Amino acid sequence: MSARSKASAELVENALGRKVPRVVGGREQDPYAGVGAHSPAGRKHGPPVRSCREFPADGDKRVSSLAEAFERCGLSDGMVVSTHHHFRNGDRVALFALQTASRMGAKDLMWFPSASFPCHAPVIDLMEDGTVHHIEGSMNGPLGDYCSQGKMRGLGVLRSHGGRWQAIQDGEVEIDVAVIAAPTADPFGNADGSHGPSACGSLGFALADSLHARHVIVVTDNLVPFPCIPWQIQGNNVDFVVEAESVGDPGQIVSGTTRITRSPDRLLIAENVAHLLREAGIMRDGFSFQAGAGGIALAFVDFLAGMMREAGVKARFVRGGSTKYLVDLLHEGLTDYILDGQTFDLDGVRSIADDPRHVPTSPFTSYNFHGKGNFASMVDAVVLGATEVDVEFNANVVTHSDGRLLHGIGGWQNCLTSGCTVLAVPSFRDRIPVIVDRVTTVTGPGELIDVVATERGIAINPRRRDLLDALAGSSLPIRPIEEIKREVEALCGGAPEQPRLTDEPVAIVKWVDGTVIDTVWRVEG
Amino acid sequence: MSVAAGGGSMGKSAKAKQKDERGAAGRRGEDVRSDLYVEIEQRAAGGIDVALTSRVEPYYGRAIREQAEGLIGALGLAHALVEIDDQGALPFVIAARIEAAARRMGASEGDARPERTAPERPRTEKDRLRRSRLYLPGNEPKYMINAGLYRPDGIILDLEDSVHPREKDAARLLVRNALRCVDFLGAERMVRINQLPLGLEDLEAVLPEKPDLILVPKVESPDQVRDVDAAIDRLAPDEPPWLMPILESALGIERAFAIATASPRVAALTIGLEDLAADLGIAKSADGAESDWARRRVVNAARAAGAQAIDSVYGDVDDTDGLEAWAESSRRLGFEGMGCLHPSQLEAVHGAFAPSAEQVWRARRIVAAYEDAQARGLGVVSLGSKMIDAPVVKQALRVVRLAEELGIGGATDEAGGEDGG
Repeated sequence: MSARSKASAELVENALGRKVPRVVGGREQDPYAGVGAHSPAGRKHGPPVRSCREFPADGDKRVSSLAEAFERCGLSDGMVVSTHHHFRNGDRVALFALQTASRMGAKDLMWFPSASFPCHAPVIDLMEDGTVHHIEGSMNGPLGDYCSQGKMRGLGVLRSHGGRWQAIQDGEVEIDVAVIAAPTADPFGNADGSHGPSACGSLGFALADSLHARHVIVVTDNLVPFPCIPWQIQGNNVDFVVEAESVGDPGQIVSGTTRITRSPDRLLIAENVAHLLREAGIMRDGFSFQAGAGGIALAFVDFLAGMMREAGVKARFVRGGSTKYLVDLLHEGLTDYILDGQTFDLDGVRSIADDPRHVPTSPFTSYNFHGKGNFASMVDAVVLGATEVDVEFNANVVTHSDGRLLHGIGGWQNCLTSGCTVLAVPSFRDRIPVIVDRVTTVTGPGELIDVVATERGIAINPRRRDLLDALAGSSLPIRPIEEIKREVEALCGGAPEQPRLTDEPVAIVKWVDGTVIDTVWRVEG
Repeated sequence: MSVAAGGGSMGKSAKAKQKDERGAAGRRGEDVRSDLYVEIEQRAAGGIDVALTSRVEPYYGRAIREQAEGLIGALGLAHALVEIDDQGALPFVIAARIEAAARRMGASEGDARPERTAPERPRTEKDRLRRSRLYLPGNEPKYMINAGLYRPDGIILDLEDSVHPREKDAARLLVRNALRCVDFLGAERMVRINQLPLGLEDLEAVLPEKPDLILVPKVESPDQVRDVDAAIDRLAPDEPPWLMPILESALGIERAFAIATASPRVAALTIGLEDLAADLGIAKSADGAESDWARRRVVNAARAAGAQAIDSVYGDVDDTDGLEAWAESSRRLGFEGMGCLHPSQLEAVHGAFAPSAEQVWRARRIVAAYEDAQARGLGVVSLGSKMIDAPVVKQALRVVRLAEELGIGGATDEAGGEDGG
């Protein structure tokens, strides 16, 4: 399969000076050209036209098993199979689907998850036995190590949530079979995530797949008679419905990162970021913000809520990943709406089911760069994390400083277009400085990152003269990024050694417009 | 190392006196962070080998090996196997652990102190602001490096109760290195030593690093203070630290004034309520009613001796309301500060021991009236129709100074009307 070979040897330098492959998986790539520099062309990709004549007039699309559904979809070698991460580490459908395909003898599949989690580690066996050729989606833990060590036959492609929608919509990735885990569905294929014993919240990540994939299979453990109300996935896009014992464990969508940190360092960072928003005048009536899951972000929400209460200020909307902390804001009347891309805990799941002001969104509404706008750029402030940031404010979220794949991009890249993008990070972790001369992998360009807030000081991007002016005279510890870097290197005993990487690409990182912003290289050893 | 290879052959290979063939220090295990475990094995020949496992190997592996080799050499060991299991420890911690392991092995010579990188700061004043003092367990490195960032008035590197008896030697080296290398950002640098005679070894280790204040635990007699004083005269006569005796027993409370006046270096008296409750055979309650008399006694004795009275700690770090109530009652009794077990307690404590804006406003008016009287050569200070007594002026001057240190305004509000005084 020549089209499935790894990157061609030809590397080009993109606008950030990063070497990126010209051709990946047989498809020519555009190197990153700068923020807003790439103009897309052509029309959106669509699945083949189908007729209702092919489907039961009584709307009953149930088949006896996933294998039968695959069979009738014409599953064959080299196809692209997609799954989704609404259950995060509690997902049971992705493995079920890939193992079923394996038993059916399928080879060289491309797995296209919206994100992968440690529960998906057994996919390594399926790559070893030839069922799965490669993964395009986030890889961490054992899958990240497998890819980082160059063991995957094809090149990994990492995309943001918005970038995944863009890639599907633009036809960069043509999904052959989408398998959607549904906490509630009817025999017609209408499906929803907010109800049922396995309720997990929004199914927004599967929406693009349902619209653009050649075949769509809904797998549910809670079949209800037509109509499934509400529905987020429209049955009119669905080929088959399969009943399963369990699609996932919603208890596992709560990860360790959805609780407020108890670390005093991280609390200090969170409090400073909340102060910054207030002092810069961003926290005002009718404003909006987004803070992901993660100890610092949640603590930030808590501090900000206190300040909003004190000032009598109310947000028009907050963007989720929803957690208990956002739900509390809604109940207290500190925000009119939660626009939610993903539920991070069971409080979020219950709220999205019961409260019409808690609205499920999708990567299309929130993040897609190739749409007529998106919500992310309308948000006044966003608080994010990063593994590394350099003195030009470029940041890395996908690799560890030693080059190993560590995290998916999630919505991180998409959120950078907010009015004020804050990276809230400790200045060092286990002696490893976070501020470096050059990030291992650029995931987001520095011109979109406005503030780097650490426990040792807050660096404001010199491009944001307006923010610097607004914060002149502030009691916050605002310092040049180079100064914080020097201080931390002195504590840590000098700058860290550079990672030992080869010149062999193992994955590429896409920017929100589909261009290639950086390459992940095979690690040594 | 086999028994045959030990003993006599070692004497030739190392300058240091050897007692054991091995020495170990530090910690390892799943929950260990920012620390390391070191085991040193003396060898007859073969130079120095460093076997390193480290969480930060790709970034600092070379630096750790070089540091270890340098330290072993500085400790007078020519041939040794050094096994290090590192969990991201900073260099001052690595130095302390390697030195502790070598000392435990019997290497008594050499100087393994890290280069002093903490900035020199002027001696603290006897009556400086001491609203909060943040306890840092002396053998736990991970809390040290950022302690100053939370802006406590003081930090306490504790060698006493938070350190296991078997780890006193290791903690002493770690605290010494922290004093040399960690910038506590203007927090007063305090060390709680052990009771004498063990405390003498602590003083020998830490006094060269010029701590600002020594907390002396479980003081029951002025002689205990005098003993510490004498050790300071011997070890650090030029830059002696202040003393803060801790009264933690019925006898100590009874002798509070004698203890407070035992040395002019006593800057403050404090009280240890856990031990006191045990000594009295009573349970400690949330509002501390049972220790009311003892606390008042400490305040009175300290004041009478011209020292500050500093309260104990509030043990439940999750109970902010309880802490606020305690600190508030503490301030009303006359205490000027209290201990903190967690940075999350600092805000409440600082709030309770800072004067209110209204108090500052009143104090400023009194000070202004005083200055006016001074300028006009009047012996009597008056504000409106009220005479102001000298002690009131003195108190007002204190409040104004405190307000200036803390950046509290309180200057403009007209709500005070004409009732000042």
